[in-house]
Formats: sequence, C-alpha cells, structure tokens
Amino acid sequence: MKFLSAAWHWLDDRSGFSDVVMPKLKHIVPQDARWWYVFGSATLCAFIVQIVSGIALAMVYVPGGDAAYQSLEFISQKPLGSVVRGMHYYGATAMVMLAVIHMLQVFLHASYKFPRELNWMSGVVVLFVVLGMAFTGQLLRWDANGVWSVVVAAEMAGRAPVIGPEISHFILGGETVGGSTLTRFFAMHVFILPGLIFAGVGLHLALIFRHGISEMPKADQPVDPATYKEAYEARLQKTGVPFWPIAMWRDVVFSTFVVSVILGCAIFIGPPALGTDPDPANIHVNPMPDWYFWWYFAVLSMLPPELETTIILGLPVVGLVALLSLPLLFNKGHRAPSMRPWAVGGVIFGLTAFVVLTIYGYLKPWSPEFDVEPLSASVVNSKDDRVLSGALLVHEKGCLYCHNIDGFGGHRGPELSMIGDHLNEEGLVIRINNGGYNMPSFAASMTADELSQMVEFLQTRTDHPTSTEPLPADNK
Amino acid sequence: MSLQSDQSPTAAAGSARRTFLVRLNIVLSAIIGAVITLPGLSYVLAPVFSTSKREWRKIGPVNKYTIGDTVNVRFEDPSPKKWAGVTAESGAWLRRVTDDEFIAFSINCRHLGCPVRWEPGPSLFMCPCHGGVYYSNGDVAAGPPPEPLHRYPVRVRDGFVEIETSPIPLTTNHPV
Repeated sequence: MKFLSAAWHWLDDRSGFSDVVMPKLKHIVPQDARWWYVFGSATLCAFIVQIVSGIALAMVYVPGGDAAYQSLEFISQKPLGSVVRGMHYYGATAMVMLAVIHMLQVFLHASYKFPRELNWMSGVVVLFVVLGMAFTGQLLRWDANGVWSVVVAAEMAGRAPVIGPEISHFILGGETVGGSTLTRFFAMHVFILPGLIFAGVGLHLALIFRHGISEMPKADQPVDPATYKEAYEARLQKTGVPFWPIAMWRDVVFSTFVVSVILGCAIFIGPPALGTDPDPANIHVNPMPDWYFWWYFAVLSMLPPELETTIILGLPVVGLVALLSLPLLFNKGHRAPSMRPWAVGGVIFGLTAFVVLTIYGYLKPWSPEFDVEPLSASVVNSKDDRVLSGALLVHEKGCLYCHNIDGFGGHRGPELSMIGDHLNEEGLVIRINNGGYNMPSFAASMTADELSQMVEFLQTRTDHPTSTEPLPADNK
Repeated sequence: MSLQSDQSPTAAAGSARRTFLVRLNIVLSAIIGAVITLPGLSYVLAPVFSTSKREWRKIGPVNKYTIGDTVNVRFEDPSPKKWAGVTAESGAWLRRVTDDEFIAFSINCRHLGCPVRWEPGPSLFMCPCHGGVYYSNGDVAAGPPPEPLHRYPVRVRDGFVEIETSPIPLTTNHPV
C-alpha cells in the first residue's frame, strides 16, 4: 500500500495530474447548466464509440476492389462482427443527430454570442467534417450504393468551374471507378477526417476552459461585450458549481443512455444490410444515400436544370459561410429565445423543412416505379376487349411508372384515376403523343391502334364508374 | 555570463541577430513542411493529370445482337489494377441499329451519374435516382438531366462489336 501510494505521488507530481488536469475537471460551471447541456458531451461520447468500433473494423476490413465487399460480408456474418459494425453504424447516426441537436441548443440559447464566437465556429467546422465522415463511411460499405455515391460525388464536383474535372478525377482516383477509388475514401475516412475532428474538438474543448460554460439565457440579461466577462465571472463566483463531480452527473447519465441505445440497436436491429456487389456495370440498382442525406437527395430532384449547378456547389458553401459568420454578425444582445422570434422561427422552419424533405426523399415520388404490377381486374372493371388491352398498355408502355391509377403506379405525374373527367379523347391523344409538362412524347413508341385502345381505357377512368358497388350517398 | 553576453554592447547587433534567427526559423520550417508534404501530395494528385489511354474492347460477335434491341453490355477499363476486381468494369447500353451499325450509350445519367435503365415497353431510358428520362436516341425526355446520354465510340471489327473505353462522362459547365 505504501509503495502504491508513493508510486502514485511520484506519477502525480511528474505528470501534473492534480496540478493541471484536476483544476480543469473542477472548473466552475453555472449551476443552471442542467439537462440542456448534455448534448455536447454525448456527441463526444458517440465519437469515442466511433473510434473504438472503427479501429476494430479496420483490423478486418480490406479497402480494395472486390475485397472490401467480401470482407464486410465476412464481418457481418460473425455475431460479434455484426455487433461492432452495428455500433459503428448507430454510433454514426447518434453522432450526426447529437451534433445537430447540440448545435440547435446552442443556437436557440444564443450561446455563440460574445465571447464564445470561436467555440461556435470551431463546432461548425467539426459538424461539416462529421457529415464528411458520414458520407465517406456509407460508401466504405462498397456495395452498389457505395460505388454510385462516389460517382454522384464525382459528378457534383465535376460541375465546379474551371477545375471541376480535375477534382472529379481526384475523387475517382482516375477517369473511372476502379482499383484506386476506394482507397482514397478509406484514407480520408480513417486518417484525414478523424485528424480534423481531433483538432477541431481539441480547440472546441480548450475554448470551453477559456470562456467558461454559458449560463441559461435570461430575458433580462442581454450580452454586452463591454461588461459581460466581469458580470459572468461575478455570477459564477456566487452561484457556480464545480463540473467534477457536481455538474457532470447529468452528462454521464445521458451518455450512458446514448451508448446503451447504440449497443441495443447494434444487437437487436443489427447493421444495415449490404446492397448488391460493387459492380459499376450493373444497372439494376437503386442508389440512395443514408437517411441523413435524404433531404438533400430530395432537393436535387426538384431543382430546375439552370439552377442546379449553382445550388449543388453553392448550397454547402453558403451554408458554411452563413454558419461561420453568424456569431460575428450577432455577437451581442438578447440570448433568450423569447426575445429572438426570428431565431426560433428559423429553427422551426428548418426542422419542418428537414422532416418534410426527408420523407419526400424516402418516398422518392419523382422516381419511376419500375416494379409496378399490372392493373387488377377490379380496378379495370370492364368487359370491353379494347378497354382491357388499353389497361394492359398503360402498364406495358410505362404510363404506370409515373402515373397512379387507383393505387397502382408511381407519383411522378398526375394521378389518372379520374382522367376521363378532365381530358376528352382529343385531349388524351394530344397529351400522349406530344407529352409536355415534363412528360415524354409517346408518339414514336406506339401504333395508332395501341394509342386508341389506351385512350378508350383512360376515358373509362371517371368519378362515376359503372361500378358494381353502390356509390356513397354524398359522392359528388 | 550568459546574461551579460545577451545584453551585448551594441543592442542593434543583438536585435539584428534576433531578426535573423526569426527569419531562419520561419524559412527552415517552411522548407521542412514542403519537404514533408510535397512528394506525398504530388503522388496523390498524379491521377488528376494523367489521362488513361483508350482501348477498343471486344463486346461480342455481331450476330449475337438482334436489330432494334437494346441490351446491357460490360467491358473492362483500359488499364485495370490487379486488385480492382469487379470495379474495373464499365457498363453500356448497346443497340444494333442496322446490319453493321451499332450505338453504345453510357449508362451514366447526365444529371448526377446514376445508372439509367432501358425500358423496352415505352422505349425510354429511365434513371432511378431523380427521375431523369431519355428517348431511345438518348435525348432528354423528362426530368432534371441537362444533356443527352453520352455515347461511346463503337465499331465492328472481324465480326465482333467493339466499344472504345472512355472516362465517366461528366456534366461540366464548360460545353465541349
């Protein structure tokens, strides 16, 4: 015992643990820093999950050609491999979500104001790097989705002015997807981006010690840079509590919850299934990003071509510049959400847009419904031979890829369940032949007889069908 | 003693030495940085400036293809890495137009590069990503693509259809 105690004293003295580290851990924080403040430490905790599970995966994963996919299949087949892969996946999800929640909390409480501008800015940089990790990570799965994610990234970069093709060939490691492609993303995902996160988080934490944890916003305490620091210090001396061990328990409890959810999901839901193999020549794939990018996927489908390049390249830059300049433009004044209706409104608008676009991105209504079934007999509801062949034709000629008839078909174009009420025979012929409003012309791909059968069928699609079931009384 | 020599008789000489040392540190540090980073950086950037050679790849015997049909074919990159495996392959949509005339469309959508599918019923190429649609000649029929489908050079040699390899077609801002 005596020896252990002496050894500890020696180590403590030479390393400076009690002198340097403990005071940091015991730094005084506002006593009202309660549950709102747990998201930053939980993001860090999720990052640690990513480091540990990522290192474990890197011991088995082979970053190349066919081998990556095969090694991931191998990892996923073993129970523990599946759990580790699951932890890395749900850890990534947790990290992205927690980073955004942390940012929203800081934004709503305006903690980015004087003197914590650089805390916010370093956080913004780390957030973008985390999104880079999410993107490079999903494509390291190196299934069909992974390959097409690289192609889409290269195509986006290729639109940059002047050096677009050069960036694009840098991303691909050549002029096409090949043996040099995956290794670049592997190096980015395991060396470059984590290095940036370490540096960014290090600065982020150092700045916390420099400027202290912000208090909960109060409507009668607007920030005045001239007096803020003295007033903050004075209040902290009066009512502050040490982080260790008083204030820290909420962080620890919440992080326990976070790692439990990550492990629980990894065990009980498991990592996402791998797609088909990374064959760039295989056209039977349906590339889609991971859920956190569905909103962007939806945005890309809606842009008019003339705006597209500007938005694809401009949106990330404008977003980054706007977020970085926020604390420089608004570094003083009210912090309380009740005094900042625009900020609260902006968050509500942003979250609503995110949710709506995410659902839209998931449903992909703009995408052709390739696997649509032919119309059922009850939907066609006719004994006329020409109407029956017309009903087959709307399937065969691909109308149902984009148009919906009584639950059959896609949603890219208008629903046709009642088209007979809206367009007469002539109108239907013109529309099918000429296309228009983003619909292709079908004049060249149908005979005159096929067209007239299809039109006869479409004319039976009305609000007052010759149905066997009685119509509801209030049907207009 | 050292204190004495630091405060040298002429303060100007000390100051000059200090300025020199500051500059020396900065210049040498910059040189060290360049020596460490430049070779690696140039190596990583090399693929950007090298254009891979093009090569004619045999696809299949001419009589394998029916006139009017559009089929999915695959071919290998011009200089595949030994470890590239299946990722060294590229795909194309090959159509036999007449006895000896073929068209080979790139499978990459001109919107963001996703693989388009040929749908023989409506005679359209359709993209699963953002709903780009092309007519059978590759012209844009609907959706976001700004340009028609890219075509690979294709020829018939000794009874075989051959496609010339090309880079992934990029939809750039500079019209070629």
